[in-house]
Amino acid sequence: MSTSTIANPRDPYARKRLSRTNTELWAWLFMRVSGVILVVLIFGHLFVNLMVGDGVKAIDFAFVGGKWSSPFWQVWDLLMLWLAMIHGTNGVRTVINDYAEKHATRVVLKSLLTLGFVITVVLGTLVIFTFDSCPPGSPAELLPSFCTAA
Amino acid sequence: MPSAPAGTLYRGHEGMWSWVAHRVTGVLIFLFLLVHVLDTALVRVSPEAYNAVIGTYHAPIMGIGEAGLVLAIVYHAFNGLRIILVDFWSKGPKYQRTMLWVVLGLVVVTMAGFLPRHLSNVFGG
Repeated sequence: MSTSTIANPRDPYARKRLSRTNTELWAWLFMRVSGVILVVLIFGHLFVNLMVGDGVKAIDFAFVGGKWSSPFWQVWDLLMLWLAMIHGTNGVRTVINDYAEKHATRVVLKSLLTLGFVITVVLGTLVIFTFDSCPPGSPAELLPSFCTAA
Repeated sequence: MPSAPAGTLYRGHEGMWSWVAHRVTGVLIFLFLLVHVLDTALVRVSPEAYNAVIGTYHAPIMGIGEAGLVLAIVYHAFNGLRIILVDFWSKGPKYQRTMLWVVLGLVVVTMAGFLPRHLSNVFGG
């Protein structure tokens, strides 16, 4: 007869570590920290673009050119892009983990998600950093007023 | 399909539905974000290309869509802050239900401030 050890009933419950890292804990914390920052960034973005002046009707190339001629809005939008993309991608990753049960389905969906993340973040970042408010050869009436002021 | 057990604290109550709404609005906002970065990227193509595409955002039907998007964002934002309070505030779990009604109240107040302005921008002259 083999002997088996019975755990001491008074021992506290010992949580078994399922992984060696704390990735999910950091992801959980990131959602909360970035969430608070995004509330400020996105509410500010919506207020300036939709509430001030003529709102959405005033948005055109000259409007964007005016905003991105200032480093303040460049940093604002860059921060918003990165935080929102990481926050959103991690959220959709959670949704995929919850609903896609087959391994192959999860791999396909997460690959698409990663691809979408990389393309969007790289494209958005390049646009903010390489943007020219006064592209040469464009009609002056489409450009911010400071392009022709000098 | 197993039938839903009756009388659980979570299922079918405020906690579950606020979670469902948080998910749905989150996915919607993410999909819009992908499109929004693409349309904004047109500023690097030409002023004409950007204006042509962003001009479609000025149409009445898009204006209604924008109102829906803002509603989704405002709910997701305030309910997200509620989730943070549930997680980090010692009394959060006790008041989670009350906080959901506060969230919905704040959503109504915010939309009451936003909608008249936005709709008059879209539909007025």
